[in-house]
Amino acid sequence: MISPFRMMAVLRKELLQLKRDRMTFGMIVMIPIIQLLLFGYAIETNLRHIPAALVDQAQSGLSRALVQMVEATQIVDFTERHMTAEAAERAIRAGHVRAAFVIPEDLAGRLVRSPAVGMDPPPATDAQVSRPVAQWIVDGSDTTIGAALKSLRNMPLTELFRRPQNMSVPTFEVALFYNPEQRTEVNIVPGLVGIILTMTMVLFTSAAIVRESEHGNMEMLINTPVRPVELMLGKIVPFLGIGLIQACLILGLGRAIFGVAIVGSLWLLLWGGLLFIAASLSLGLVISTIAKTQLQAMQMTFFIVLPSILLSGFMFPYEGMPVPAQWLANALPVTHFLRLIRGVVLRDAGLAEIGPQMLWLACFAAIGLGIASLRFRKRLD
Amino acid sequence: MEARGLTRRFGPKTAVDGLDLEIEPGVIYGFLGPNGCGKTTAMRMLTGLLTPSEGSARVLGVELPGRAEPLKRKIGYMTQSFSHYRDLTVAENMGFTASVYGLRGRKARARIGELTEEYDLAGLAAQMAGSLSGGQKQRLALALAVMHRPRLLFLDEPTSAVDPESRRGFWEKLFDLVAEGASIVVSTHFMDEAERCHRLAILDRGRKRADGTPQELMDALGVTVLEVEGTDLRAARRRLDGAAGILSAAQIGARLRVLVEGDVPEPEARLREAAGLGDGAAIARTRPNLEDVFVSATREQAA
Ligand SMILES: Nc1ncnc2c1ncn2[C@@H]1O[C@H](COP(=O)(O)OP(=O)(O)OP(=O)(O)O)[C@@H](O)[C@H]1O
Ligand SMILES: [Mg+2]
Repeated sequence: MISPFRMMAVLRKELLQLKRDRMTFGMIVMIPIIQLLLFGYAIETNLRHIPAALVDQAQSGLSRALVQMVEATQIVDFTERHMTAEAAERAIRAGHVRAAFVIPEDLAGRLVRSPAVGMDPPPATDAQVSRPVAQWIVDGSDTTIGAALKSLRNMPLTELFRRPQNMSVPTFEVALFYNPEQRTEVNIVPGLVGIILTMTMVLFTSAAIVRESEHGNMEMLINTPVRPVELMLGKIVPFLGIGLIQACLILGLGRAIFGVAIVGSLWLLLWGGLLFIAASLSLGLVISTIAKTQLQAMQMTFFIVLPSILLSGFMFPYEGMPVPAQWLANALPVTHFLRLIRGVVLRDAGLAEIGPQMLWLACFAAIGLGIASLRFRKRLD
Repeated sequence: MEARGLTRRFGPKTAVDGLDLEIEPGVIYGFLGPNGCGKTTAMRMLTGLLTPSEGSARVLGVELPGRAEPLKRKIGYMTQSFSHYRDLTVAENMGFTASVYGLRGRKARARIGELTEEYDLAGLAAQMAGSLSGGQKQRLALALAVMHRPRLLFLDEPTSAVDPESRRGFWEKLFDLVAEGASIVVSTHFMDEAERCHRLAILDRGRKRADGTPQELMDALGVTVLEVEGTDLRAARRRLDGAAGILSAAQIGARLRVLVEGDVPEPEARLREAAGLGDGAAIARTRPNLEDVFVSATREQAA
C-alpha cells in the first residue's frame, strides 16, 4: 500500500532541506539565466569576421578594390599582411589566422578573362586562358569555417568594373518559414529549455539518494515504514515546480532579450514540459540508486548531459546524424522534448503533431521511476 | 526474539559468528563487548537491515532473513551515530518521524508534545539537530526511536557521549519504557551500564562468550579474585604477565586486582610466588564484579 501521507512527509522534508541550502537555491535561478545569456549570444552558426591574412602580390588599384569587396561581405577580416604565400601558410599554422587570400601579380590579366566579371564570353574552356582570379588558402579543419569560405568561391566581380550584375534567375525559390531572418537564437532558445532542464534536473536528483547515505541518514530512513516509491516521489515532486520555474525563466527571457515569441499553445507547453521534467528527474533518480558517492553521481550526470547537448538536435540537426547515433539520441528524453518544444514554440504544433513525443516522455518518466524504486533496497548490504 | 547461528561475513572477515540468542519480552538485554566485536552488525541483522550470511532469527514473529517490512512498525532503532537530519530543527525532525510512521493531525501533535516534555526537548525545539550537544542528540534520537511506541527497541551504544548524571536519567527512561511493556536490546562497553541490564550477552570477536543475568555471570565465574595492597605494584604487575594460572592483573589505584584461574589450589600462594611479593604485601579475596567476568570471558577464549 502506497501512502500519499508518507510521500508528503518526505516531500515536506525535502522542501525544508532545500530552503536551507542557499547555494542550490541560488543555482535554480542563476543557471538558466547565465546559460541563456551565454548560449544565446555566443552560439552563432552564421559565421562572420573570420581572421585572415592578405598576400597582395599585384599591389594595384584593382587588387585593392578586390580586397575591399571581399571585406564588404564581412565573412573575413584581414588582420595580417604578408609578402609571400609561404609566410601566410606559416601564419595559418600558428593559428592567428584561419585563411589567406593570395592575389597573384597577373591579377589584371586574369580578371579580363574571368567569367565572373562578365566582360566577354570566355573564349574557351582552356584552363590556361580562363583561370580563377585569386586563391584562398584555408584551414579546413573546422568544417564550418571551410564552408563559409567556400561560399566566397563564386563571388560576382562585376562591381569591380562598375557594371551592373547579371541578374540571373535562381534555379529554385526558397521560402523560409518560421525563422525567415535566419536568426540562430530562434532555434537555440527553445532548445536551451531542454538542455538546461536536463542539466539541473538530473543533477539535483542524481544526488538525492546518495546524499541520504553520505549524511548518515540512510540507516534511520530504511528503518521506517517508508516505501521506495514514496521516497522517490517525495524527492522528485518539489523539483517539478522548480523545473517549471526554470522553463518559464528561459522562455520569458528568451522573449524579452532575443525576441523569440511562443506561437503555440501554452497549455501544451506546460504539459509537455512537466512530462519532460518528470522524465529527467526519474533519470536522475536511477543514477542516484547506482552511484555510491555524490562525486560518482556527478560524473554519471555528465555522462548524460554531454550526449544531450550533442546528439539531441540542440547543436546539430538530428536528421544529419548517422543512424546508430539517432538510436542513441532517441534514448535521451531531451531529444523528444526538443521536437516537442520547437514544434509548439516555433511552428504552433498541436497535440496531434506532438502526441508521440508526449507519450515517449511519459514512458521515460514511468520506467525511470519504476527502475529507481525497484533498485532501491531497504538494506545496507 | 530468538536467533540461531546468526553469522555475518564481510569478505574474509567474520563480524558475527554463530550467534545464538533468546530474548524474552519485557527485559533489557545487553550486548557487552569491546570495539569491533560485532554488536552493531548483530543489531543490523536483527532489525533486518543486513542479510545474515548464515543462520536465522525470529523477531516479534517475523522470520529473518525474509520480508522485514512488517517489522518496521514494531521496532525502534537508535543507530550508533546520529542518523537524523542535521539540517532540520528538532521540531522538524520530530514532525518528519511522526508522519513517516503515519501519525497525523492531533495525534501527532499530542505524541510530539508528550515526547518533548518527557525528553526535555522544549527549549531546543527550534535548534538545528546538527548543532545539539552529544547528550542532547542522544536524547532526541531516543525520543524519535520511540515515537511510534515500538514493542522492541534496539539501542546501539546509546550513552557513549553522555555524562554519568544524564546516563542515570537515560536508564530511568529505559526502565520506564520497559514498564510500559517494551523490550530493549542495548549494546554498550560500560560495565556500570551492563550491570543494569536484566540479561547480558558478552560478545568478543563475533562470538558469544557468556550470557545470563549479571548476577549469574558473576556467581558462575570460575576464577578467584584477589586484591594486593603493597609497594612496587608496577613491577609485580609486569612479572604477572603470562604467569601460569594468572588470567589477568590490573592496577586500580593503590591496589592490584588479579584474576587467578579457579582450579589453582592455593591462589594466594601462587600469586605471592608469581609476582615475587614480599611479606609486606597484603592479599585479600574479593567479590567478582562484571569487569572480571568480561575479562575472564574474553581471555579464556583467546588462550
Ligand atoms: N560494511 C562492512 N564491511 C566490512 N567490514 C565490516 C562492515 N561492517 C562491520 N565490519 C567489521 O565487522 C566487525 C564488527 O563490526 P561492528 O560494527 O559490528 O562492531 P561493534 O561491536 O559495533 O564495534 P563498536 O563498539 O566499535 O561500535 C569489525 O571488525 C568491522 O570492521
Ligand atoms: Mg558499533
